[in-house]
Amino acid sequence: MSDLLPSGVKDLIATDDDKPGGARESVMMFVGIPILVIAGFAAYALWHQTADLDSVEASALEWSEVWLAIWQHVKLTVVSAIVVVVIAVPLGIMLTRPGFKRAAPAVVGFANAGQAAPSIGLIVLLAMWIGPGFKTAIVALALYAILPVLRNTIVGLQGVAPTLVEAGRGVGLSNFDVLRRIELPLALPVIMAGVRTALVLLVGTAALATFINAGGLGGIITAGINLYRYSVMISGAVLVALLALLVEWLGRVLELVTRPKGL
Amino acid sequence: MDATTSTSSESDLGEKGRAQDASAAISGAEIRLEDVTKRYPGQNTAAVDGLNLTIPAGEIVMFVGPSGCGKTTSLKMINRLIEPTSGTIMIGDNDVRKQSADELRRHVGYVIQGGSLFPHMTVAKNIAIVPKLLGWESDRIARRVDELLDMVNLDPSKYRGRHPRELSGGQQQRVGVARGLAADPPVVLMDEPFGAVDPITRQRLQDELLSIQRTLRKTIVCVTHDIDEAIKLGDRILILQEGAQVAQYDTPENVLASPSNDFVSDFVGSGSSLKQLSLARVSELEIQSPTTGRVGESSAQAIERARSAGDDSLVILDDRDRPAAWVWLRQIKGEQLHERERENLSTLDHRATLNDALDTMLTSTHGGAIVTGDNDRYLGVVDFSAVVDRMRVMQTEAQDRAASAVTAESRPEDEHDPDAPMEDREPSDV
Repeated sequence: MSDLLPSGVKDLIATDDDKPGGARESVMMFVGIPILVIAGFAAYALWHQTADLDSVEASALEWSEVWLAIWQHVKLTVVSAIVVVVIAVPLGIMLTRPGFKRAAPAVVGFANAGQAAPSIGLIVLLAMWIGPGFKTAIVALALYAILPVLRNTIVGLQGVAPTLVEAGRGVGLSNFDVLRRIELPLALPVIMAGVRTALVLLVGTAALATFINAGGLGGIITAGINLYRYSVMISGAVLVALLALLVEWLGRVLELVTRPKGL
Repeated sequence: MDATTSTSSESDLGEKGRAQDASAAISGAEIRLEDVTKRYPGQNTAAVDGLNLTIPAGEIVMFVGPSGCGKTTSLKMINRLIEPTSGTIMIGDNDVRKQSADELRRHVGYVIQGGSLFPHMTVAKNIAIVPKLLGWESDRIARRVDELLDMVNLDPSKYRGRHPRELSGGQQQRVGVARGLAADPPVVLMDEPFGAVDPITRQRLQDELLSIQRTLRKTIVCVTHDIDEAIKLGDRILILQEGAQVAQYDTPENVLASPSNDFVSDFVGSGSSLKQLSLARVSELEIQSPTTGRVGESSAQAIERARSAGDDSLVILDDRDRPAAWVWLRQIKGEQLHERERENLSTLDHRATLNDALDTMLTSTHGGAIVTGDNDRYLGVVDFSAVVDRMRVMQTEAQDRAASAVTAESRPEDEHDPDAPMEDREPSDV
């Protein structure tokens, strides 16, 4: 049956990493990662409970402090991801419409520069310009992570078979309806792959927000460095790593859930 | 030359229209192209240069020609997927450029190669797109979807919830046709509709289209590069040369019998007796009536009946007289007759060509094919010898014609050949 499929259906969308591989691999992904994260966190909690901590360590790793840092970190990641999607998806849509198509390389180039710039430099420069704090951190993180979503939105929309767009126009859908009902749903898997990439970038980079007083798990790591306490430093690093794994997993789940049936 | 061709053919459109009126009510509308030109910026020659054409209501007109001749451009200008540079296109009494393009397209069916179904929508949703845009109520849409699926021979309960990915190429194309017909448009445009399927499926889809058209009588404009398809499906064939210049616009019989110039005769390859196989229809063959049975009937009785009639196979019909299976008696198992996978059934519409008949028979395990009529009703069975007999008759006729043509040396070019084998197609010309 597959060889009877018209080529239009086969190469509907150009996906870069849309199938992670065999079924076994994806089952391991979806079940294995949360188990790993829970086990890792349980191990950390057990160590925290039983380790012989001095007063400096104990105050730095107090549960209320840790939870606050995790919460701030999640907030930085999620808010900047939302900002990225709100900016990059409409921008990507615009850059695939006739009339703006020619601007696409320039805008993608600019986004490329945003990602290529050292993130620590970007954050500090912005803080000097706008002032430190949560909002500045969000601006810096969003600038940093716009590229994957923008690029995947453009690639995803460009990958929708032109015959399907024409079929949509041919049956009497307006340009907007073709976009809403045909192009976007078909490009969604590619766009969501970009969102997942952005999430992973953001959760890692958000550790730098502590330098401009925006909180997050980076604070625990820097505290460990400043206080010469390896236990604190490693605690921060382990927690960031666990959170990053969890966010990556959430990104995959999101990709799977939003994928239109029939693709 | 295009002007004279189109006017001379307009004069006999009326006659043909009336002659067909008797069979079923025409639901199509006339399409008129007046001096239509399409010029792309930056190109010296026009893609379509001053095309004049009248497509009579209720007929199938096939646009054929070499690639790049402007046939697809001409088609897409009718629903304004391509905007003409100048000229007028009328559908019925409406100028297509006087209404919004979106609104126009909702009332013009559009069928594309491979179906071009939207992969993220179910079959039902694909078909329902236009009715929904037109604001139909949901239960009316649901009824219409089932009706259309039935019309294109897909079981609604089985297929309406499926996604295109789960369908074969032929099934996708059927749904594509159903989508084009969904809102009952007077005009249906088809762009190489059967290009992406294998020959056997293509022949079957063509048969189905002819069968549907017999009852609906839409105005269908269909682009193809396959001259055999044009001859089979077309009431009229428009043969285009570069720049959409009309080389000939006439019935298939006349195009084959008297090509207007060398370009046409090269293109159709007329004169070859094999082409005549595309003109002769299965309905001209001697149709046999072997023993039939009904789905659900007792197997023993049916076998008994077939044996006493001297048949070694049995055609099983469903409750709507459609062929459901064709089995050897020794294959019959179970208490009752039941249907089999219809995809594998060798069926021919009675308007299929002898070309199709031969193709179908070559793949049939019975060395013959089942003939169906309107709504896929069973008519009988034809076998190989019937085709061979008919071909012999045709050959004798052709030789007689050739002999008489030598005696009556020069005859007017557009006079129709009275011996043309297609009596039932040209009632008014004889």
